[in-house]
Amino acid sequence: MRLELVKRPQHSALFSALSPFIALGLTLVAGAIMFSLLGKNPVEALYYYFIDPLRETWSLHELAVKAAPLILIAVGLSVCYLSNNWNIGAEGQYIAGAVLGSSIPVLLPGFQSWIVLPLMLILGMAGGAAYGSIPAWLKVRFNTNEILTSLMLVYVAQLFNDWLVRGPWRNPQGFSFPGTVRFHEYAVLPEIWPEAGRANWGFVFALVAALLLWFMMSRTLKGFEVRVLGQSPRAGRFAGFSSGRMVFFAFMVSGALAGLAGISEVSGAVGHLNEKLSIGYGFTAIIVAFLGRLNPLGVVAAGLVLALTYLGGEAAQISIGVSDKAVRAFQGMLLFFVLACDTLIHYRIRFVGARAARAGEAAQNV
Amino acid sequence: MRKTLLSLATATAALALATVAAEAKVKACFIYVGPIGDFGWSYQHHQGALEMQKNLGGEEQVELAYLESVPEGADAERALERFARSGCNIIFTTSFGYMDATNAVAGKFPDVKFEHATGYKRDHANVATYNSKFHEGRYVQGIIAAKMSKAGVAGYIASFPIPEVVMGINAFVLGAQTVNPDFKLKVVWANTWFDPGKEANAAKALIDQGVDIITQHTDSTAPMQVAAERGIKAFGQASDMIAFGKETQLTAVVDNWGPYYTERVKAVVDGIWSQVDVWGGMKEGHVVMAPFANMPDDVKAAAEAAVEKIKGGFEPFTGPVAKQDGSEWLKDGERADNGVLLGLNFYVKGVDDKLPQ
Repeated sequence: MRLELVKRPQHSALFSALSPFIALGLTLVAGAIMFSLLGKNPVEALYYYFIDPLRETWSLHELAVKAAPLILIAVGLSVCYLSNNWNIGAEGQYIAGAVLGSSIPVLLPGFQSWIVLPLMLILGMAGGAAYGSIPAWLKVRFNTNEILTSLMLVYVAQLFNDWLVRGPWRNPQGFSFPGTVRFHEYAVLPEIWPEAGRANWGFVFALVAALLLWFMMSRTLKGFEVRVLGQSPRAGRFAGFSSGRMVFFAFMVSGALAGLAGISEVSGAVGHLNEKLSIGYGFTAIIVAFLGRLNPLGVVAAGLVLALTYLGGEAAQISIGVSDKAVRAFQGMLLFFVLACDTLIHYRIRFVGARAARAGEAAQNV
Repeated sequence: MRKTLLSLATATAALALATVAAEAKVKACFIYVGPIGDFGWSYQHHQGALEMQKNLGGEEQVELAYLESVPEGADAERALERFARSGCNIIFTTSFGYMDATNAVAGKFPDVKFEHATGYKRDHANVATYNSKFHEGRYVQGIIAAKMSKAGVAGYIASFPIPEVVMGINAFVLGAQTVNPDFKLKVVWANTWFDPGKEANAAKALIDQGVDIITQHTDSTAPMQVAAERGIKAFGQASDMIAFGKETQLTAVVDNWGPYYTERVKAVVDGIWSQVDVWGGMKEGHVVMAPFANMPDDVKAAAEAAVEKIKGGFEPFTGPVAKQDGSEWLKDGERADNGVLLGLNFYVKGVDDKLPQ
C-alpha cells in the first residue's frame, strides 16, 4: 500500500485563505498537548510563546532585527524559485556580501566619511550578486545542477570567511581570538529609533525590497517573464524571453539581496565580522519563502511569524523553563502544519493498493 | 467544548497562583552556547548552576533561569536583554562569543550584574570576567600520557586555534616531556566545539596514524567512545566521562564552576558584589581531576604528585621552554606572563602540527 497525492480539480478559495489560520489552530492544539505532557501549563506556555514578545517596544524591535535578514533573503529567493531556479546557497551569498562589504572598514580603517556606509552596502550587494552568478554561470554554460553547486559554494564561503577572520583580518588587539576590529562609527548601520530599541535600517531595506519585488512581479513585464519562464521555458522562448539570461537575473537578484542582508547584519546588529556570522539565515529563508507562498508580501508576514517563534521560544525557556528542544519541536510543528494545510487544500490523499482500494469503495458506499 | 473551557479556566487560575508563589531572594540566569546535555562545556556550567542553587538554599532562595544553544551573534544580545528585563539579578554568559553582547547589555542595565566566562572586556563596572586554568589539568594529563603510551605519540582533537586551546596543547606536551623528552603530539583541528560525527572521525584518523592515547578539546563524548572501541586509552573533556569509557578513561579535566557561582551569587545576595577578573585553577578548586583510573599505581602516584605540586603554586609554563622552532621562549625558572598566555598563538617544541594562522 502506498499514499499518493492527487491534485484537486479545483480548490476552495475560502480554505486557501483560511489555511494559515487552520494551521495556527492545529499548532496551538498540538503544542498545548506537548506542553501538558511536559508538565507545563499549556496556556501559560502559549502565552509566552506568542503574546509576551509582542507586549513591549524593545521586543518588537528585536523582532525586526531577527526578521530583517530572513525577509531580505526570502523575497529574493521567492523570485528565484518562481523562475524555476533553485538557489539553495543564499547562505553563501549572505556571507559573500558580508565579507566584501566589511572589506572597507577592515582594510581602510582610516577612511572615515559618510560615504563609507553606502559603499559598504553597495559592495555587499555586489558581493552577493557576484557569488550568486557562479552557480548561474555553471548552469547556463555547463548545464550543472544549481541546487548542488549553490549549496556547495556555501561551504566555500563559510571556510573562506573563517580563514579571513582567523588570519589576515584578525583584530591584532583581540588576544588571537577570531574576529575583525569593531567597525568605526561611519561603518555602522544606524538604528532607526535608538531610544526605543535595537532595530536598524536593515528592516527598512527588507520592507522596501519586498515592495519593489512585489511591484515587479505583479505589475511589470519582467515579472511576467519570470513567471512564464518558470512555468514553461518553451512558452517563454516563443515569447522571445531568454532562459539563460533569466537564470543570471534570478540568481543575481536573490544573491544581491542575500548580500545586503549579510552586510546589514554585520554592520548593524553585530558590529564586526567574525566566524559566527553564518547561523543559517540563508537556509531558514527558504522556509520563509515557501511559508509566504513565494509572494514578496506574504514573505514579510512569514518572516515576522518565524522570527516571533524564535523570540517566543526564548521567552518560554526563561519564564517557564521548557527546554530548548521542546521549543524547537514546537517551531517544527508550526511549519509542518502550515505546509501540510497548504498541500492538502491543493491535493488530496489517495491510498493505492488492494486493501486501500477496497477501503476506498467502502468509504464511497457510506 | 465545555471541558476545554473548564480546563482553560483552571489553567488560568494556576497561572495566577504560580506568579504569586515565585518570590525568591535572587534570580540567577545562565546563557549556554550548547545544549546542557552535551556532557561537556555547557553541561558543566549547568551543573555548577544547580550546585550553586543547592548551596544557597534551593528554589525558595535562588530562582534559576537558563537558555541553551544561543548563537553568539545578534541573538545573544536579545537573549541577554530579555534576561535583564525578566528580573535577573545576575547573569552568567558562559562562552567567549558573548563578550560584546554582554558589555552592550550591561551598559543598559547598570543594576544587573554580568559575569562573562573566558573574555577580557569589562567596559562597565557591572561586568566581571572569569575563567579557569584548564591547562593545569592538561599538564597532568601529559604526564599520564607519556607514562602510559607505548608509541610515545598522543593524539589531540582540537576545536579552534584560540589561545585557550593552544595553551592546553602546549601544557599537555610540557607535562609529557617531563617524563619522555622525545614525546610527540599529533593535532587534528575539528573546527567545531560539538559535532560527535566529526570528532569521532578525527579520533579514528589519529588512531590510524599510530597514536595510542587520545585527548580532546571538543565537547562530545564521541572520541572517548571511539577510543573504547579501538581499545586504547583516552582523557575526558570538561566533565567526568567515565560512563562512556569504563576501561578507557584515564582521567578528565573537570570544570568545576559550582564554587565560583556560589560565591558570586552569594555576593549579590549580601550586597557585596564587585567587578573581578578571576582565573582560578586547581588551588581554588575551579579545576578538578576526575578519579585516576585504568592505570598502574606508579602512574597514579606521579599524577597525584603533579596535582599537589600545582596546588602548591607551580605553573606548568615555567622555563626552560622552547618554542616549536627550537628558539627560546622561557628561560630556566621564568614563569610565563599571564598576558602572553591569554593571547598564546604559538606551539612549544614537540608538537607535530602547524598552527593554523
